[in-house]
Amino acid sequence: MDRLATAGAGAAAFVVMAPLIAIFVYLVVRGAGALSWAFLFNSPRPVGESGGGIGNAIAGSAVILGIACLIGVPLGIGAGVCLAEYGGGRLSTLVRFVADVLNGVPSIVMGIAVYALVVVQQKHFSALAGGLALGIMMIPTVTRATEEMLLMVPRSIREAALGLGVAEWRTVVSVTLRTALPGVITGIMLAFARVAGETAPLLFTAFGNQFWNWNVNQPTAALPLQIYTYAISPYDEWHRQAWAGALVLIVLIVGTVALVRWVTSRGVMKGTG
Amino acid sequence: MNGNPAVPSKLLRIPLGGKALKQQTAIQVLKFPKLKRASVGPGLRLADVTFRAAMVCCALSVLAIVGFILAELVLQSRLSLHTFGWNFFGRQAWDPVAGDFGALPFIYGTLVSSLIALIISVPLALGLAVYLTEMCPRSLRGFLAFISDLLAAIPSVIYGLWAIFVLVPLLRKYVEPWLAASFGWTGLFTGAPYGIGMLAAGVILSIMVIPIISSITREVLKAVPRQQREAALALGATRWEMIRIGVLRNARAGIVGAMILGLGRALGETMAVTMVIGNRPEVAKSLFAPGYTMASVIANEFTEATGDLYLSALVEIGLALLLLTLIVNALARLLVWSVTRGMPASTHA
Repeated sequence: MDRLATAGAGAAAFVVMAPLIAIFVYLVVRGAGALSWAFLFNSPRPVGESGGGIGNAIAGSAVILGIACLIGVPLGIGAGVCLAEYGGGRLSTLVRFVADVLNGVPSIVMGIAVYALVVVQQKHFSALAGGLALGIMMIPTVTRATEEMLLMVPRSIREAALGLGVAEWRTVVSVTLRTALPGVITGIMLAFARVAGETAPLLFTAFGNQFWNWNVNQPTAALPLQIYTYAISPYDEWHRQAWAGALVLIVLIVGTVALVRWVTSRGVMKGTG
Repeated sequence: MNGNPAVPSKLLRIPLGGKALKQQTAIQVLKFPKLKRASVGPGLRLADVTFRAAMVCCALSVLAIVGFILAELVLQSRLSLHTFGWNFFGRQAWDPVAGDFGALPFIYGTLVSSLIALIISVPLALGLAVYLTEMCPRSLRGFLAFISDLLAAIPSVIYGLWAIFVLVPLLRKYVEPWLAASFGWTGLFTGAPYGIGMLAAGVILSIMVIPIISSITREVLKAVPRQQREAALALGATRWEMIRIGVLRNARAGIVGAMILGLGRALGETMAVTMVIGNRPEVAKSLFAPGYTMASVIANEFTEATGDLYLSALVEIGLALLLLTLIVNALARLLVWSVTRGMPASTHA
């Protein structure tokens, strides 16, 4: 029975790993064929014409994710600092609970809410709206990471700074937060990796665009959106481009996750001791 | 942990030993008493007060955001609420031309696809978690855990892409004919094997949900105190018996919580399901038939909704989805928290 259980658990582990390996293999095999420099730097061409690419989608994703970080990171760090340094009491419990609630909101519902809040008021789709939706989705992860990292900074460091006469706010910013910074950056990168692949909130906020667009008040292309559009189309050429785009996206995300792992495995808080 | 804080384990699931874990918990529980502000004059006090106010504003913004989301959803769905009332969730119509809307097919589709996902994923995820925490050789553990976390990081549109071009042909050519031949008498596997349909959606959802259930179960299993395992072994149990009696039984509530968290994720999943569910707003008994879920109908029809009632009906579906997910997630968090006893939950993608 013991051996049976071990075999069963091992088999389960293998069955779980199989689709993952299959996905990666297919991505590389099908996607690498369509990858080229032209692919990475051109905008989409009509079906039947060669040379189309996802350059505008990569650029659009960069703009949208940049806006998302601008919104999500300050709010998230601020909320985390508030919970860790000025916390205790019912407000903190409420904020923590609500941050968890925000984490669980389905991404498509977030898209609806930002649509109603921003797109309807502005009367056009925009990269700003897309960035706002993704930024809000980043907040809970960044908040939780900041709070945990700040709580791990030893009391002695804070007390030393305060004992030297440093103002309280300065202690928090220059001493505590700086000590916890590697862990906070880890949290930010994890949140970034999560929202980089989100498509649903962008469906009716950023909306997508066939052309290059640097205006944040216009509909903007995004890499996951482009993959989705190509994947459900009836054209083989676009299917190949979808695979290649997916390969680019997965390299970006896996690269971020692997980088996070590597940075933390080297030891996070080297400044303390 | 005395002056040298360890690597942030809960965030990144690198295992801490027992004592460090306790100390970390102790630090969480300790509330730093309010350190007296040095009263060095009004200038510094102002900066302190301003900074603290700014931080509190950030925290309150989180509350405000959730409030805005709920308020907007309720406001936009008012038209549909007044027109259809509670019947909206029991009707099977979906006729945008005639202005006749009912949400039953979508609720059915969401629940059935999530149920299939849970049935497939829970045994596999539990097996993986048990294997990783109890049975795996230590050298392999980090690598397998990393791969499992990678599975959680893959965007859902890539899952959908793979599902359309690899999973669906597989189901269509091999799995569904076999299921129809062996289990067709149940009525669940009848009809033409399109490949695209409720079964495909359930399978891809299960693949997406396994990493979440598995990682939270791993946390929960690690939180079971070592004495339980040692006590079982001391009484002469084999390894499997030790796992069953000493570990799994203690972690039951947490495992159920992990399952419900996985369910919460499956309920809200949009892109992968939209690509393989077939988009037909009808309730059908067979799992081979195309269906529709709440998230899919919003994703597909929102930008093409003509007319206020159409849009309002879609927003009402979104509101229902939000409330369903919130309740499920809150229940899950409660269960998981009761086992890990307030240790900070790790992030789940």
